[in-house]
Amino acid sequence: MKSKKYDGVTIFLFLLPALLLFVGILVAPMASSAINSFYQYKGFGQKTWLGWDNYKRLFNKDFPAYIPFKDSVVHALLLAGFSVFIQLPLALGLALLLGRGIKGERFFLSVNFLPVLISTVVIGQLWLKIFDPRGLLNSLLRLVGYLKEGDDNIQWLAEGQGKLLYSCFIPMLWQYVGYHMLLMYAGVKSVPTELREAAKIDGATDWQVDRFVVIPSMKQIVKVSVIFAITGSLKSYDLIRIIAMNLSTKDASVPSTILMDYMTLRGEYGVASAVAVLLILLCFFFAILISTIFKERD
Amino acid sequence: MAKNKNDLQQYQVRKTKGWVNVLISIFLAIWAIINLYPLYWMFTFALKDNKQILDTNKFGLPEGAPNKWFWSNFKEAMNTGPIGRFFLNSIIITFATIVITTLAAMMASYAITRIRWRASEMMNRIFMLGITIPIQASIIPVYLVVSKLKLINTPIALIVPYSAFSLAMALLICNGFMIQIPKELDEAAYIDGCGRGKVFFSVILPLMKPAVATTAIYTFLQCWNELMFASTFLTGEDYMTLPAGMAQLFGSHTTEWGPIGAALVIATMPTIVFYILFSRRIQDSFIAGAVKG
Repeated sequence: MKSKKYDGVTIFLFLLPALLLFVGILVAPMASSAINSFYQYKGFGQKTWLGWDNYKRLFNKDFPAYIPFKDSVVHALLLAGFSVFIQLPLALGLALLLGRGIKGERFFLSVNFLPVLISTVVIGQLWLKIFDPRGLLNSLLRLVGYLKEGDDNIQWLAEGQGKLLYSCFIPMLWQYVGYHMLLMYAGVKSVPTELREAAKIDGATDWQVDRFVVIPSMKQIVKVSVIFAITGSLKSYDLIRIIAMNLSTKDASVPSTILMDYMTLRGEYGVASAVAVLLILLCFFFAILISTIFKERD
Repeated sequence: MAKNKNDLQQYQVRKTKGWVNVLISIFLAIWAIINLYPLYWMFTFALKDNKQILDTNKFGLPEGAPNKWFWSNFKEAMNTGPIGRFFLNSIIITFATIVITTLAAMMASYAITRIRWRASEMMNRIFMLGITIPIQASIIPVYLVVSKLKLINTPIALIVPYSAFSLAMALLICNGFMIQIPKELDEAAYIDGCGRGKVFFSVILPLMKPAVATTAIYTFLQCWNELMFASTFLTGEDYMTLPAGMAQLFGSHTTEWGPIGAALVIATMPTIVFYILFSRRIQDSFIAGAVKG
């Protein structure tokens, strides 16, 4: 119909906007980060070749101004664990229950999705007030008698008490349950009604329908949810920045806070680039790992 | 349908027991409260003074008749910073991002799914890597370039990166929609003498309207809350987005809680109103994306 050459040009023109964005903002900067991670660079002036020093600096406490990068990865993976083993099952449970066509289905769906749409900064500020020593949580604990008269308020947000990390996690998990719930609800609803009814005619209970008919057909969506949950945890930043109130936080550090600490507070672009490179590698590693695990389950 | 239900009853379908249903309802109700109570609490403490919030009336509605409530908190909140302005900036930047992302994704999707060429599948896979790449990956180089071009503190500095990072997801969704449009439509148009461009703009694009809502909601979710780029690339109040602006407003410790609550309410109210009006549309679009992806 059309000559091959002409098609080549058309294809290129149609891909051009996407390619410009993809190469200009993703590929080229990633390459540049990879190169910068081997230099000492302050953002201006001379670059000095360092070899692997920027990377060593992240792991070796003998280097000056050392920030334990390993801790931040552990924190992010801990968050990913909570996300996969608490948040996602909760979302799946809600999706299955609502997918059965319970009374008020739309109402519950709407309410559960609401936090997803509210600005993270608002959610963060709100939870800061909830976790404040004089805030809602401690007041509730007094109301139910967990904190007695004369007990000190619990310092949910203080550094060095082991609670700050979880105070950051809870709002994150809370905000995005609705996101995963709606993804999974879509999966539940895509099971044909006839299939459900056939199973029920054969004498299956609601639980058995969910277990043997619905869940097996949701593998693809669960995989997407798991990938989103884990990479989302690895790149978490917003709520930690707001609730820990400090980029240099030790208790609640994640790779992104360390990256921003090196970049904006210290102007060490080389080390910050090394963090960025490690973060990309981690995200790819887990995305591939999860895809392989789900493939093997076939 | 009605006949079907009668059939089911004849077969004595096992119903979930009554008490189990009660338990399910209780669980759903508790979860709804966990979602709503913090927001309710925010709305109420926006109308209280510190004495009520911290001491005499921590959980309930503000004391007294509505004309006794601390409406002055809202006035004070408006004086701390241009929250309305931040909101508007966020809308403009998010909207521009949605337009660019959607158009770029539609065009790329057309080239990938509707024109046959050898490397199209490969090209698609490469674009899909974008879903996994964290936005942090490019902040440093992009920052260096943006500051060299003197674009710090302009909306473009955010719109372009946001579009790039929303692209992969948008493309995934567009592909899902576009595959379902019958190929015969294109062929009929070619026979009528249309070129690729004409087919795309006058045949395909009008049929992709449902995909626009879906890509819009996913792109919105990716940009609306973004804080890292926004707080690094914007330094003045003129173009600050809601996340960056609010983060800055609360940077200084305020001892009065009421105005903070009021500021949070002002920043949230438009979203909530919009959601109440369009919740079904928003949910359906979101669900469409999940199924197509």
